[in-house]
Amino acid sequence: MSVLVYTEINKGQVKKSSLECVNYAAHIAKQLNLPVVALVNNTSGAPLTDIGNAGASKILQANNQAALSDNAIASELIENAAKSENAKVIIFAFDTSGKAIAPRAAAKLKAGLVAGAIDYPVINGTSFEIKKNVFSGKASAVYTILSEVKVISLLPNSFKTVLASNSAQIVDFNPSLTTPLRIKIKEIKSNDSGETAPLPEAELVVSAGRGLKGPENWGIIEELAKSLGATTACSRPVADMHWRPHHEHVGQTGLAIRPNLYIAIGISGAIQHLAGVNGSKTIVVINNDKEAPFFKSADYGIVGDAFSIVPKLIEEIKKFKANQN
Amino acid sequence: MKILVAISNVPDTTSKIQFTENDTKFNSAGVTYIINPYDEWYALVRALELKETGAATQVTILHVGLTDSEATIRKGLALGADDAVRVDADSSDAFFVAEQIANYAKTNNYELIMLGKETINYNGSSVGAAVAGLLDYPFISLATKLDANGKTLTFEQDVDGGSQIIECDLPLVVSAAKGMAEQRIPNMRGIMAARTKPLTIVAPTAAQALTSIKSFSLNPGRTTCKMITEDNIAELVTLLHIEAKVI
Ligand SMILES: Cc1cc2nc3c(=O)[nH]c(=O)nc-3n(C[C@H](O)[C@H](O)[C@H](O)COP(=O)(O)OP(=O)(O)OC[C@H]3O[C@@H](n4cnc5c(N)ncnc54)[C@H](O)[C@@H]3O)c2cc1C
Repeated sequence: MSVLVYTEINKGQVKKSSLECVNYAAHIAKQLNLPVVALVNNTSGAPLTDIGNAGASKILQANNQAALSDNAIASELIENAAKSENAKVIIFAFDTSGKAIAPRAAAKLKAGLVAGAIDYPVINGTSFEIKKNVFSGKASAVYTILSEVKVISLLPNSFKTVLASNSAQIVDFNPSLTTPLRIKIKEIKSNDSGETAPLPEAELVVSAGRGLKGPENWGIIEELAKSLGATTACSRPVADMHWRPHHEHVGQTGLAIRPNLYIAIGISGAIQHLAGVNGSKTIVVINNDKEAPFFKSADYGIVGDAFSIVPKLIEEIKKFKANQN
Repeated sequence: MKILVAISNVPDTTSKIQFTENDTKFNSAGVTYIINPYDEWYALVRALELKETGAATQVTILHVGLTDSEATIRKGLALGADDAVRVDADSSDAFFVAEQIANYAKTNNYELIMLGKETINYNGSSVGAAVAGLLDYPFISLATKLDANGKTLTFEQDVDGGSQIIECDLPLVVSAAKGMAEQRIPNMRGIMAARTKPLTIVAPTAAQALTSIKSFSLNPGRTTCKMITEDNIAELVTLLHIEAKVI
């Protein structure tokens, strides 16, 4: 028996959200007195030491190019691992690929899934109670999983990753699969500058709204983000008007994120916007209207003109960074 | 090509979220229900466009839920769906709902199953992939574009760090994200026609719920916002470092 965790490689490294999942799996495994087995489709031959350091004792290493393009094949790989390792609990990240794969694997295994867990399960015998956000972050619900095998996908950034020295045994895992490759990738369009973390994983986010008046004014937003090492985001109308690319759109109908720091500049704080950002640890709001609703959902606020405040903030951040070094 | 669009009935985005019966049930008193925006704006509207261009022959909406969702279903018909089906069952568990959709799609030969990327009440993003798994169909997640060329469909989809263009043959399941289509407002003719379009009620297929909700709680809001004046921005940086410990 085991706790199985599905991990992924991005740009030659184990994904941060995957390491969070290995930690999470280790926490559960300890309570159940079971080993943590990680499955990784390591087509690029990336170093896997961190998976061990995060708490796995065994790593099943697959080399399956097709599973990278077709989630049905990735799912079959996981179903195989779940069976061969007699997994009682299976952990995924609630990220782009986890959302595509976990429900499929769970349905195939007839196992109940809690998608987007924000805390450790409360385990009592065979009963698992797991908390997740509902109503777009306005509330949370405690779910009970009724099946014998439990599947949980963990909301990224819910826990800080802790690595300790621990080595895992690596075993090649290439079972024969029956699912044909049906999804053909024609073209990949990257919007990854390589400089900052992708928005779903970012710990620091600088976001701006219609208050910035036009795309030509984003220079100060980018500069502020750069001074902090933050990723940029925006409100929906800004993406709709093509001032910013749509992958930056956060909120109810865009990405839901939960960085450590969210700085909202010239964003009114509509309920649909808040739905995507209210899980952030700390929120700073800069708005020239002291009645802007966002101040009611912020930790720190500055009332004033973004065009004069942001350059001053950049100055101060730069001073702070210089003192840190 | 017959398209089945699965729609969910959700509280309007501005609804006050409250719970009853000892925090075990959502309090729907005074709440306006709508079609889940992702199901409507993106999946359903794109399905209707495919019919208008001749790529699809029929657009059916399917809803798993109880009698109180009739207004939501009629709205989908008013937007232009040809007919509707309601599977008469409570829709609390994603797996149970997926079984219903998969079963209906299979028995009635739908080749393209479309739904939104998530619902705005339970935010699980689970049903589409589960339906695809139950039917052994491919699953295209987070599609922002969909074009049909005979049996081959082309998609653009969001992936980590960007997007990609992919191709897949029918049958398949796709979850729709922002960009796939633009929101439409039903016109008077559509609303009138919706009244007489077929709405079939079918009994659920046997399936077990694999999860249940034990209790709800409201997430605590932020209580105080510390205001900082424009001439004292260094203070903000200090607070973020010392107090919030985020930089
Ligand atoms: C179903 C539905 C889903 C939605 N989903 C989303 C979503 O996912 N994400 C989202 O963001 N929105 C969403 N919306 C839209 C949302 O309701 C708001 O309209 C939107 O968030 C407003 O964007 P904004 O704050 O950038 O613009 P505005 O509301 O126009 O606010 C601009 C703000 O900038 C301030 N400002 C102006 N000039 C300055 C200046 N010089 N300096 C400082 N501040 C200034 C103003 O005081 C104002 O508060 C959705 C709406 C609906 C109905």
